[in-house]
Amino acid sequence: MTPPPPRILGPLTRTDFVRYQGASGDMNPVHHDEGFAKAAGFPAPLAVGMLTAGALNAWATDWLGPENLRRTRIRWKRPVFPGDTLTLVGEISRRYEEKGETRVDLELSGRTQEDHIAVLGWMTFVCP
Amino acid sequence: MVARSALGEEGAPFEMDIERGKIDEFARAVGATHARHFCEERAAVPATFLTTIFFWEKRVSGANPWHLVEMSEERGMHAEQEYLFHGPPPKAGDRLTCKSTITDMWDKQSRSGDTLTFVKMVTEFRDETGQLVAEAILTGVERQP
Repeated sequence: MTPPPPRILGPLTRTDFVRYQGASGDMNPVHHDEGFAKAAGFPAPLAVGMLTAGALNAWATDWLGPENLRRTRIRWKRPVFPGDTLTLVGEISRRYEEKGETRVDLELSGRTQEDHIAVLGWMTFVCP
Repeated sequence: MVARSALGEEGAPFEMDIERGKIDEFARAVGATHARHFCEERAAVPATFLTTIFFWEKRVSGANPWHLVEMSEERGMHAEQEYLFHGPPPKAGDRLTCKSTITDMWDKQSRSGDTLTFVKMVTEFRDETGQLVAEAILTGVERQP
């Protein structure tokens, strides 16, 4: 099981944030309202954490199949802004038997163009 | 300042219908391209799709107990999110019953000497037979100088 190549997310735009907010129902103005974001101390509206998390997870489910997912955990490390580009990638860290099935654990990361870790992920799939 | 009294608070149960059109919209928004998200029958949800309980909990008063935590908007943030699936993830056509509970609170010292207060909320998703099919675990953190 060879992982697919990394996925490039971006350069991210405000439109990407708004499209995700409409799809998810999280309408926090810090992700689309320039004045609100600046008043909160940010240079611009910041990316929705669940958007970068969803994109990181999509890289893995596109590969191993959404019906095979059993667990996903996401941790955010730093904010992401319009114009940033993330490189999303992961690798299998463990392969084992559980409940009569072969499972794999994955470790994933999303890094900015400056190679800073923005988001980390851990996933478990049943082997397809 | 986090309200310690929120520990153990439960939200009112609410229903969530897993809808094909919403799966399509959400998959496009996160760039998920697997054919199983777009098939006509019983489309599979993207990994983080259960975050769309936002739309469903609004329909029931008291469904989301998170506001009882009173986490600061300036010093609080979403630190971690986890989803557990006790079998294949939900599919279009499923009707789930959901219930959220504030399950844990703990403090930790940061390297810079601030107090970090972590709060965990677990949302359980049950199918029409009452079986637990998925859990969403949200961890928020507030920094206190």
